[in-house]
Amino acid sequence: MKKPYQSFEVNLTNNMRQVIHCKLSNNFFSLALIFLFAFSISLSAQEGDPAKGKSLFNANCAACHQLDKKMTGPALRNVEARLSADSGLDRAWIYAWIRNSAGLIKSGDAYANKVYNEFGGTAMTAFPQLSDDDINNILAYTAEVKAEPAAAQTAATDTQASGNNGVSNELILGALAILFMLLASGLFVVNRTLRSFAAAKDIELPDTQRTPLWKAFAQNQFLVLVTSIFLLLASAYFVYGYLMQIGVDQGYQPVQPIHFSHKIHAGDNAIDCKYCHSSARVSKTSGIPSLNVCMNCHKSIYEYKGETSVEYSKEFYDAEIKKLYAAAGWDDAAQQYTGNSQPVKWVRIHNLPDFVYFNHSQHVSVAGIECQTCHGPIQEMEIASQFAPLTMGWCINCHRTTNVKVEDNAYYTKIHEELSKKYGVDKLTAAQMGGLECGKCHY
Amino acid sequence: MSSNKKYWKSVEELNENSSIVETLKQNEFVEEIPTDEFLGNKESLEASTTTRRDFLKYVGFSTAAATLAACEGPVIKSIPYVVQPQEIIPGVANYYATTIADGFDFASVLVKTREGRPIKIENNSLASTNGSANARVNASVLGLYDSLRVQGPRKNGNSISWDELDAEVVQKLTALKDSGKDIVLLTQTFASPSTSKLIAEFKEKYGNVRHVVYDAISESAALDAYQAKYGERSLANYDFSKAMTIVSVGADFLGDWQGGGFDAGYSKNRIPQNGKMSRHVQFESNMSLTGANADKRVPLTPSQQKMALAKLYSYVVGGSVTGSLPENIEDAVKKAASQLKKAGSDGLVVTGIQDVNAQTVALEINEYLNAKAFDKATPIKTRQGSDKEVMTLIADMKAGKVGAIIMSGVNPLYTLANASDFSEGLKNTDLSVAFSLKEDETSSETQFIAAAPHYLESWGDVEIKKGHYALTQPAIRPLFNTRQFQEALLIWNSNTVSYHDYIKETWGTSILNGSSFNQALHDGMFVGTIETQTEDTTDASQNTETPSGDAARALIASVKSSALELVLYSKIGMGDGQQANNPWLQEFPDPITRTSWDNYLTVSKFDADALGLVNFNVANGALNGSYANVTVKGKTLTVPVIIQPGQAKGSVGLALGYGRTKGLKKEMQTGVNAFAFYQDFNNSQEVTVELAPGEHEFACVQLQNTLMGRGSIIKETTLEIFNTKDKNEWNGIPMVSLNHVETPVTSPEVDLWEEFDRSIGHHFNLSIDLNACTGCGACVIACHAENNVPVVGKTEVRRSRDMHWLRIDRYYSSEDTFAEDNDKKESAEGWFTGQKQALREMERGSENPQVSFQPVMCQHCNHAPCETVCPVAATSHSHQGQNHMAYNRCVGTRYCANNCPYKVRRFNWFLYNENDEFDYHMNDDLGRMVLNPDVVVRSRGVMEKCSMCIQKTQKTILDAKRDGRVIKDGEFQTACSAACSNGAMVFGDINDKESQVAKLKEDNRMYHLLESVGTKPNVMYQTKVVNTTES
Repeated sequence: MKKPYQSFEVNLTNNMRQVIHCKLSNNFFSLALIFLFAFSISLSAQEGDPAKGKSLFNANCAACHQLDKKMTGPALRNVEARLSADSGLDRAWIYAWIRNSAGLIKSGDAYANKVYNEFGGTAMTAFPQLSDDDINNILAYTAEVKAEPAAAQTAATDTQASGNNGVSNELILGALAILFMLLASGLFVVNRTLRSFAAAKDIELPDTQRTPLWKAFAQNQFLVLVTSIFLLLASAYFVYGYLMQIGVDQGYQPVQPIHFSHKIHAGDNAIDCKYCHSSARVSKTSGIPSLNVCMNCHKSIYEYKGETSVEYSKEFYDAEIKKLYAAAGWDDAAQQYTGNSQPVKWVRIHNLPDFVYFNHSQHVSVAGIECQTCHGPIQEMEIASQFAPLTMGWCINCHRTTNVKVEDNAYYTKIHEELSKKYGVDKLTAAQMGGLECGKCHY
Repeated sequence: MSSNKKYWKSVEELNENSSIVETLKQNEFVEEIPTDEFLGNKESLEASTTTRRDFLKYVGFSTAAATLAACEGPVIKSIPYVVQPQEIIPGVANYYATTIADGFDFASVLVKTREGRPIKIENNSLASTNGSANARVNASVLGLYDSLRVQGPRKNGNSISWDELDAEVVQKLTALKDSGKDIVLLTQTFASPSTSKLIAEFKEKYGNVRHVVYDAISESAALDAYQAKYGERSLANYDFSKAMTIVSVGADFLGDWQGGGFDAGYSKNRIPQNGKMSRHVQFESNMSLTGANADKRVPLTPSQQKMALAKLYSYVVGGSVTGSLPENIEDAVKKAASQLKKAGSDGLVVTGIQDVNAQTVALEINEYLNAKAFDKATPIKTRQGSDKEVMTLIADMKAGKVGAIIMSGVNPLYTLANASDFSEGLKNTDLSVAFSLKEDETSSETQFIAAAPHYLESWGDVEIKKGHYALTQPAIRPLFNTRQFQEALLIWNSNTVSYHDYIKETWGTSILNGSSFNQALHDGMFVGTIETQTEDTTDASQNTETPSGDAARALIASVKSSALELVLYSKIGMGDGQQANNPWLQEFPDPITRTSWDNYLTVSKFDADALGLVNFNVANGALNGSYANVTVKGKTLTVPVIIQPGQAKGSVGLALGYGRTKGLKKEMQTGVNAFAFYQDFNNSQEVTVELAPGEHEFACVQLQNTLMGRGSIIKETTLEIFNTKDKNEWNGIPMVSLNHVETPVTSPEVDLWEEFDRSIGHHFNLSIDLNACTGCGACVIACHAENNVPVVGKTEVRRSRDMHWLRIDRYYSSEDTFAEDNDKKESAEGWFTGQKQALREMERGSENPQVSFQPVMCQHCNHAPCETVCPVAATSHSHQGQNHMAYNRCVGTRYCANNCPYKVRRFNWFLYNENDEFDYHMNDDLGRMVLNPDVVVRSRGVMEKCSMCIQKTQKTILDAKRDGRVIKDGEFQTACSAACSNGAMVFGDINDKESQVAKLKEDNRMYHLLESVGTKPNVMYQTKVVNTTES
């Protein structure tokens, strides 16, 4: 019940923010463009191609450097300008550093040693394979002005459109109502006029004693019987339906302590499910990833750069990443663990009763079933929810229709050969393999 | 016409002027109802702002709110690791090799852990020479989760920190160094090279240190004898698999005799191979596990045992001894001697008589025979206690010569016969520290309790046999603020090394000889080069002389006969009583008496009649018995009595290990403390017994003691018949009448059921060899641990509501042998005159019965009677031969149990978990940590039974599927078959024609239980063969 209000609030503030953003960024953008033009013209002789530089940067540097954030190595935005301004170093120094930083350090270069000590006494990997042009390209990329995040285009029109739709429906309904009222009053008028004619002409209307409808119904025993049977069946149907959904939590979508978007991870970034849920391959549980698995990537992914919406803004996601850092005890500024961690208490979505034994590895590794078969389009779920009913009927149906993956599995060779002969089929279903036997899941 | 009779309700009414009667007439209650208490205070009533209407509204709303709230399902949290340890995958078990060495049980085992919790103990096949897990070792995992463990160091009952304890102890020890008083380390047998080294260092630092090793159940006599003869304080090691003729005089070597662990070797030769099997003659007083397995058992009193052993010596080795034995015993001794002589080096003599001379005699006979089974290179190190030193210590303590006593792994105030002397001495010490898991009888009397970790939380090393080393490693972080004895010694020695590193160093320098420590840790064991002893040459020269026979003569001289002799023994389920707070072991039925939750005086029928002691069954079938006042050397205990077939006349038995009072739950405080009778560490004592008033209620799980001539339950034959006669003679298939033609019950035309095709895939069968099964019960506890079988308590067991999925039936013969029983039943004629009388007589076990053990679990019938009667199809068959039980489907009609011919189904009469009425391990958070997460915990009102460990077979199949490979024979195991180190239980897939179990199915000895019923079980038994060869 709470959610609509929340999102409404968020909507309002976000809208306002976005409007301001737009104005500002527009101004800034034009300014920047002018600036860039002027700059690039003046330096074009020496400049490389930022696009090529970007790909080189991602391939060689991004493991340890980011443009705007100190990581394993320093932030590299405008590194050349910074170096020449602060320490009076030129591009030749940069060439030397990149190709053989250790040598530079050994030679006693002051700045090289300063950087070396600042970053924990680890020398940068040498890149002798990078040509001058390559390095120029990279420097061109680092010299690019920071692009403002493309703010989401105003989406305010959406609400209005839906509003319009509502009004038109009401109009049609109103018109219909008026029409019916006119018809009814017309009939009434006709009736009265006819009666008055009759009275005027002294025609006596036959005064038929009509039995009321309910009495007629009560007297017709057949009708009563049929109706009661119908009512009983109907109520039985609904009672059955109600009882059958007890304990079925299809669509269960609890609020989690950290807003984890499967859409961003499994969908947008196409991370394999089993990268995080690695125990699904070998264990009965799929395993909720421990925080060290999250930190494998999130050590360097400290902000959200993907698509945003009104409800889920960049700020919102960044705050969630901060929550992860707090839980894992990661000090992002100092780039180190504080040791002060706090396990995350996720709310479990898929809950099988104790008397059911389900093994992920059996389905994932042996049968090669896609996670989505049971968990639905998880890669599209911003908030994960239970897709399947997880009832026994649902399990059994799948076992009846799904063929066992026997290819390249020595275990199945003999049993498949014999069983397929027995049943006279090419491919055996899980049910034919004995997948319907009680004890296979209940012990 | 109305009567004028006056009716009266109480005599008081007859009293004319009774004020009470008058008041009662006016008022229903004589005393005024104290309504004023809540209505009287008008002010407060009126001052209240809550009107009656408001109150009702609140009630209504809160009820409605509660109802609505109840509609929501519970929110289940999942909390992953912050940093997941690399070796832990949730849902996948890890195994660690470790070693139990609690002073009584020593064995190299595997620990199964799930998500970091040890949940089961299994045999370590790599370390089979280091003993296998018996029932107690299997149950020891539950001791880790004992809710009554001491959770931190304590001083005089108050919690303190380890630093405080260290400071005070070190200060006192240093002070004592100069005082001239002794510092005593009183410990269990550690048999640990590192601990020995550590204690030596401790001695060096504090000077006047004495290390006294104390075994609760002493083997001092055997140690002394071995030391005198071979110069090494160890126990003789016997490899029973090399003995074809075994004569035991009072040695319960299938039980706890000299540390136990001999059963696996023994069983190897019990299975007839190439027409041969071992011959085992047992002379004993109590009916022991060993006696029950013997081919010939001779009951005799302890004093007669001494005589018999001396005579055996004289008949085998030579020399004459005086004294006379009853004719039948004399005869048996002579025959045993001649068989031994004939067997030569295949013979073996063992004795359990607690007498140096007796032990020497046994060693000398084995020397004389040059017994192959007697392994002199690897003597056993697991008992090192010395009675003499313990006695001296107590005397010194009383005399005030002992300044400090530091104890570890011992509980002398419980296990000493003269505990009061020890207690007195304890008060004379300046410092007393007890390393203990519990606040037990001893540690509650010491100044300091140093909370000790369980062995599953500790590091350690053990030299189980000479040259056979084993390592103990923790399988879990300490649950509580505990520290092990060795760790403390290191700190008190001002050594900053951890015990783990200390062991590593010791092993590196003196044991491993260049091998990898990690490999040894992985295997749990290491076999070092066994150096030959320097004294060996001198000993050998002595041994070449003909033994003098002095020992035998001295043995005869020590015989003192008395009217009644008491033999103290230890039960396979309880041992020395260390694990008395373990509900699995308390509920574990003794293999012989089938009684749980008790110890009792076992009396022969003859003596019971003479003393007026009785056993009888009450209306619900439960066993009741008389009490007896048992007096040994002035100490009297009132003990319940069980009349034991096979108990030697003139002897009574009583088990040690019961009667604990401290550090255990009220329910576990069972039995009487027989250590009070353990005078001078002698297990046989002169005793007087007399009838005491009262009746004791036993929790006995087997109401019928004899086989009643039902040869189809336990098929049994002699080696001679087995070797010479056709299979049909001794293991025929039962015949049923079809159209007046006798037809074998296995033929399809007499079958009521359609045959179900199980030829494809796996078809599991379990074979149980009645020859190899010694009845030790390791499987029973393994089944408990694997399948979350609940403990129900004494009262429920008494109502036959025990939950054991696997029971080991014990049958006595009514005549001397089962064969004679069969004959008697067959030959009895005439219903009233003959048969009825004969059957009635057969209900009583013989004076010296033949005994048979038969493990019975769900037989997983192919044509299961239980399946056809279940109204909700909760139990059904599978392609793989297992009979499935869907607990969630069961509605509890119990039809299945009624229709089961084997009576193996168990009904949950109550909720046994999280229920204060059943305050065992499943009632506390700690105890529930032992539960196997792969098996559901059953609720009230459902039937349960053996599943043939379907969770294990399914796991094996899944592992093979994942690896894409064929399953090899031996991979399939059930908890019971894996726990059976005797090879009695073999489990496997009979569709794999090469498997061991498939071959056993075709064996001539194979039969099914109650085959005539036509249930076609998937559990089969191998006919018991007894070696009756005399001469």
